[in-house]
Amino acid sequence: MRDVAVIGIGMTKWGELWEKSLRTIFTETALLAIDDAGVDHIDSMVIGCMSSGLFTGQEHLASLLADYLGHGPVPAVRVESACSSGGAALRQGFIEVASGVSDVVLVGGVEKMTDVSGHEATYALGTAADQEYEGFHGITFPGLYALMAAAHMHKYGTTREQLALVAVKNHHNGSFNPLAQYPFEVSVNAVLNSVLVADPLRILDCSPITDGAAAVILCPVEMAKKMNKPLVKIIGSGQATDTIALSSRQDITWLESTYLAAKKAYAMADKKPQDINFFEVHDCFTIAEIMVMEALGIVEKGQGGKAVQQGLTALEGKYPVNPSGGLKAKGHPVGATGVAQAVEVVKQLRGDAGKRQLKGARLGMTQNMGGTGGSTVCHIFEGR
Amino acid sequence: MLGIVGYGAYIPRFRIKVEEIAKVWGADAPSLKKGLMLEEKSVPAPDQDTITMAVEASKNALRRARINPAEIGAVYVGSESHPYAVKPSGTVLAEALGATPVVHTADLEFACKAGTEGMYIALSLVKAGEIKYGLAVGADTSQGAPGDALEYSAAAGAAAYLFGKENVVAEILETYSYTTDTPDFWRREYQLYPEHGGRFTGEPAYIKHVIGAAKGIMHKAGMKPADFKYVIFHQPNGKFPFRAGECLGFEKKQIEPGWLVNKLGNTYSGSSPLGLTATLDISAPGDVILIVSYGSGAGSDGFIFKVTERINEVRDLAPKTRYLLEKNRQYLEYGVYAKFRQKIKKAT
Amino acid sequence: MPTPSRNWREIPQRYRLEAGKCVGCASISFPPRIVCPQCGSREFETVKLSDRGKILTYTIIRVPPHQFVDQAPYAVAIVELDDGVKLTGQVVDCNFEELSIGKRVAIEFRKIMQEGEAGILCYGYKFVPE
Repeated sequence: MRDVAVIGIGMTKWGELWEKSLRTIFTETALLAIDDAGVDHIDSMVIGCMSSGLFTGQEHLASLLADYLGHGPVPAVRVESACSSGGAALRQGFIEVASGVSDVVLVGGVEKMTDVSGHEATYALGTAADQEYEGFHGITFPGLYALMAAAHMHKYGTTREQLALVAVKNHHNGSFNPLAQYPFEVSVNAVLNSVLVADPLRILDCSPITDGAAAVILCPVEMAKKMNKPLVKIIGSGQATDTIALSSRQDITWLESTYLAAKKAYAMADKKPQDINFFEVHDCFTIAEIMVMEALGIVEKGQGGKAVQQGLTALEGKYPVNPSGGLKAKGHPVGATGVAQAVEVVKQLRGDAGKRQLKGARLGMTQNMGGTGGSTVCHIFEGR
Repeated sequence: MLGIVGYGAYIPRFRIKVEEIAKVWGADAPSLKKGLMLEEKSVPAPDQDTITMAVEASKNALRRARINPAEIGAVYVGSESHPYAVKPSGTVLAEALGATPVVHTADLEFACKAGTEGMYIALSLVKAGEIKYGLAVGADTSQGAPGDALEYSAAAGAAAYLFGKENVVAEILETYSYTTDTPDFWRREYQLYPEHGGRFTGEPAYIKHVIGAAKGIMHKAGMKPADFKYVIFHQPNGKFPFRAGECLGFEKKQIEPGWLVNKLGNTYSGSSPLGLTATLDISAPGDVILIVSYGSGAGSDGFIFKVTERINEVRDLAPKTRYLLEKNRQYLEYGVYAKFRQKIKKAT
Repeated sequence: MPTPSRNWREIPQRYRLEAGKCVGCASISFPPRIVCPQCGSREFETVKLSDRGKILTYTIIRVPPHQFVDQAPYAVAIVELDDGVKLTGQVVDCNFEELSIGKRVAIEFRKIMQEGEAGILCYGYKFVPE
């Protein structure tokens, strides 16, 4: 296996991009990454997108985007793993370079979610659950995470305030991110008084509906060294699945797929959780971040809420989580999220993160999750 | 011996009081309550319909009958509020119970007597030796037109009867049907609510057919009112059953155990069948029971049953009718009632 | 969105709660599967699930998917049936304030959804207070 580097990153402002179509959003973002990398050709494209079909009626997406990118008849494929589509695309790109099959791989993620109504978007997102035994009964994604939150609160005493503090922290971080959808602070009170979506989760516990894309360029480390750029390597990659239905899980308060994917990534990178300087994780809902911290091994089982309350994961904390603002403040164009996490990690490792720059960051980890934890992809990045 | 081998009831938990409906339409609640001898009625939840209630009532009947559902040879659902205009309720019921695929199914309709029609057909098939067990259900979620007199009484409920020749709980002694073409109450295709003939629904309709069937069946059986422990008449309101009883020479105490309408409303195809389940719930071996249904259009089906020893073994195997009538009731305001009954719909 | 065939195929599960019991290790799969997730065996016998259980966790859906707009708000729970199988479904006939983790419930046959004014009616299981 060859060592893999990230030599280009691209991301544009996320939000409700009424004027831009899916193909426009992606092409603009991909070109930023290509220009950043300074490459003149691409060997392969891997696109993460959860459901261009349900959101915009468009399938055969990879070919469409390869066509619009204008870089020739590039082999391109779309990868789908619900909300971990982006992370899964990154992993496929990593595998292509590491195996020697491709040299320069464009990994992109994109989602255009605002061309359908809110209820239709809720339905489309719900297709990540078991359609016949969860979705059929009217469950939604906020609903499934609310079921997990209620169980976690019942079992471990996690409080409503602790959930709110995740949103507060991520919005604080996001206020330093000019590309974030909601780059402003929110207070605990604002979260606790926001409208209920699925008890106990309120609208400010939930990541938003967003249009956006992110892209990275991967190549072998040997090639990257010749290119006079701050070297960032992907040193660990891991993926795991779990039961599709939440009701089938052994423990509905534990994210087993995250635990297993992280374990594989740590093993490949030969690192422990405590070696990692910062994390970009999948805070689709505030409870998710708390459970992810536990599954990644940053804190003990059940202690995620307390850790957030104690500031362990703040920008100035021992293990900053979601310096970008996370899904909550940055936005969550589903297929793009996993790639955007990588973009943030690379920015931090290059020293380019502006007001939210973490000092002395050398090792960053991304965790991207699909559904209620039916899939997780983790990557570990190393800077100089 | 041929007769009922299992019986079951189902009543939804929601209720609305006469006062609550009267308030909206500016009607005189005390007069209505007195005139109709009715206090409140049952309301089906939005996720309940003739099919769902038929399934639950039938499960209760199966709990009492304790037979293998695969041996049910016929399933009939009688209602005037079948969920589909075309596609049987009976097939959903048969699948839910596990009676498919070797089963005959039909949906029946004859205003409020569609339930007893199914009973007549099911028991006749068992009698003829065509099937081992037959299931008949009377279930309705009928609509009353807003502000109309019938809005105070149109209610929801279901009763299910399994007929067979083994382990009979109540033996069938006699049957009789009395039918004429009398247009007292009807609903045209595509109309949401029925129309009725006002006072024409009394003497020439309900009274004539109920009396006709009751007199006819008693004559056929060589019996008189005093020979019966209990009698159940169709209950469109609280008054009519007592009026019929008085005309025929029955006493109030014979009618009261099966008289549910004052707290339940008129469950249409479920009306006299539920009166019968309530009566069976409190009956003793040897009791002879007369039930006479009434369906507008018009007709009455009469049945004479004699309760066997087996009633003591089965009555407690499923919820009793008055328990269902009383437990866990929730009273609705008119707005929520109108939403539940889809008289108003959320704009989507 | 349920099509007639997709809904019809699940009838043994939705109407009769038919599950698969692994011949090898006795664990129950609902819906039935081809491979037992516990022991990998491919042999099953059909069993019916218990019709009673307790609430493991619950929520109230206030922002529904479009097919459920006229039902919202409604409660959904994961219930552990008395035979150990866990099911997701709506909890009805119960005020929201009366919901609690550990509450005993029973299964009732109800209408789950309908496809607009002209589409099929989909029936299945819901939970009611025991």
